[in-house]
Amino acid sequence: MTETLTGAQITVRLLERQGIRTVAGIPGGAILPIYDALGQSSAIHHVLARHEQGAGFMAQGLARSTGQPAVCLASSGPGATNLLTAIADAKLDSIPLVAITGQVPKAMIGTDAFQEVDTYGLSIPITKHNFLVSSAEELLAVIPRAFEIAASGRPGPVLVDIPKDVQTQAIEIGEWPEPGRAQPTTPTDPALIAQAAAMINAAERPILYLGGGVVHSGAATTAVDLAEKSNLPTVMTLMALGTMPVDHPLSLGMLGMHAARYTNLALEECDLLIAVGARFDDRATGKVAAFCPQAKIIHIDIDPAELDKIKTAHLGIAADVQEALTQLLPAVSDNDRQVWVDRNNTLKAEFPFEMPGLDNPRSHFGLIRTVAACLDNEATVTTDVGQHQMWVAQAYPLRRPRQWLTSGGLGTMGFGVPAAIGAALAEPHRTVVCFTGDGSILMNIQELVTAAEENVNVKIVLMDNATLGLVHQQQTLFYGERLFASQFKSSPDFIKIAQGFGIAAVDLDLAANPCAALMEAIARPGPCLIHASIDAEQKVYPMVPPGAANRDMIGA
Amino acid sequence: MNAITKNENDALARAVLEINVNNHPGVMSHVVGLFSRRAYNVEGILCLPVGDGSQSRIWLMLIEDHRLPQMIKQVEKLEDVIAIRRHNADHAVFQDLESFFRP
Ligand SMILES: Cc1ncc(C[n+]2csc(CCOP(=O)(O)OP(=O)(O)O)c2C)c(N)n1
Repeated sequence: MTETLTGAQITVRLLERQGIRTVAGIPGGAILPIYDALGQSSAIHHVLARHEQGAGFMAQGLARSTGQPAVCLASSGPGATNLLTAIADAKLDSIPLVAITGQVPKAMIGTDAFQEVDTYGLSIPITKHNFLVSSAEELLAVIPRAFEIAASGRPGPVLVDIPKDVQTQAIEIGEWPEPGRAQPTTPTDPALIAQAAAMINAAERPILYLGGGVVHSGAATTAVDLAEKSNLPTVMTLMALGTMPVDHPLSLGMLGMHAARYTNLALEECDLLIAVGARFDDRATGKVAAFCPQAKIIHIDIDPAELDKIKTAHLGIAADVQEALTQLLPAVSDNDRQVWVDRNNTLKAEFPFEMPGLDNPRSHFGLIRTVAACLDNEATVTTDVGQHQMWVAQAYPLRRPRQWLTSGGLGTMGFGVPAAIGAALAEPHRTVVCFTGDGSILMNIQELVTAAEENVNVKIVLMDNATLGLVHQQQTLFYGERLFASQFKSSPDFIKIAQGFGIAAVDLDLAANPCAALMEAIARPGPCLIHASIDAEQKVYPMVPPGAANRDMIGA
Repeated sequence: MNAITKNENDALARAVLEINVNNHPGVMSHVVGLFSRRAYNVEGILCLPVGDGSQSRIWLMLIEDHRLPQMIKQVEKLEDVIAIRRHNADHAVFQDLESFFRP
């Protein structure tokens, strides 16, 4: 049986067939046919964001918390340009996203038509792949393919630009294509695995270095099993936090710029670095030439272009890390590595990570730990970007992969609130906490009303230091204390703002018992803003100055 | 600036890349964008359709530097790239074109 459908209806049907149940976006002239069709869909819930960047980050929240591609929608011109930051962010953190944009009708492309922008050209460098669709027929191939590309191999964002006349073009459809799914990866070469196992078995001071790829490939359990079997002290990148519980005896926590001293010092001493789904980012390695100076390197990554990109590996394995680790596990022998494990414990004792003020909920670390104490491992944590992000990375007891959603590669202020909304929409049974700063929250503050409208279970913890804290810190430490454009001369009344947007708000500054107030705010269902003033003079320590070697940490 | 004088240019090792791609309006932009984004100058470009026209072949002439292996891997990752081969600078493809490029 055939049916006659428009490009817009086909697009919506293909999304339904993909299993998409929530999309976020904002309509506009060039995407109205798709919105018209979307309005007829009973399967898909459309979340009306208040800025396209918010829609993009909501889709990221959906994708990061579930691992499945998520969809955002925008109109042509300014709608599409507003999406770009969220797409670039997804590219750098390898998040599967399908962005659908409306475009002016084909015949008007290239005429500087109203709200025409070269969305295809603009998105080339920030997508894994992109399409400009030229017929309704083509949608049947392009949409499933977009999902397949987004989810396969190293995940990433795909943009599909659909001219308005393609959306309205009606064609007859007899058969529907299969939904696009992640393609199976090519099998790992057993010879390379054997070589890796031999290197691990022969090493005296190995360290396992886990990156975001471990989360993406669902390899956290296997990675922990490997670490336990061979007693591998383990470091994690910002993106990998949660893959090994922080309080696991083998965990050395996050490495790099804001690592504990013992973490970076252990890396100094290691003789074998086993990098898994990690890409030797400069925030992790510090000065590359001085990173793990004594170590041989095994590098396992699904993206062959990451091998030897920053650091030449002695053994590079292009493979899905879950598959590679599964093969590696039986090949690695049990080893108690008593001397090396003891050495790591000595480093931990000698160069501990100091968290002053832990028992004071009005201090930054105390606040983070008190929030954590109100929650269990089922909670999801998002952050914005700045000092608060690093403090949460250092202090929050993350114990579950996909528990931690943060903008790593692009470091985008404004990520936290909409990503939290997306995560809460994807997994309504979880409480989602968003740690944000007074700078970052204003970058997507408009989404508070979306949170109210959707009544998502999102608790926004606003760590208000009345400054662009991380900038303030850099100016203090590296620009002769010349503070410029990093202190706000006026600050909004965040409580009133939250209430004005229709969500509950609690000011911890005014609470006689801040712990009780926090507990109550977090336990109450629905969105809530929790405001807490913190000291602007606090620094994220320890810190590797930009460009310095990881061993040369300053502070604390 | 990437621009270098003709003499300097001649002294540098060159490489020629042969890239088979799907033939559509965006593909050239995808390929050369990888180079421009890294401030890697492309010295020569040739492109024509092959066979029935659903595919094209792009020939690039480059000055070889330490980034070339990474560039090749990045090109390989593009969805529209079917195959890439590296040749030496003495490959014939650019040689007969000199007459079109006299100052
Ligand atoms: C969109 C964007 N613009 C600028 C920056 C540069 N930047 C990094 S951290 C920061 C300050 C963040 O301030 P706030 O959100 O208040 O967090 P705090 O550091 O005070 O915890 C700035 C401006 C950025 N990361 N993202």
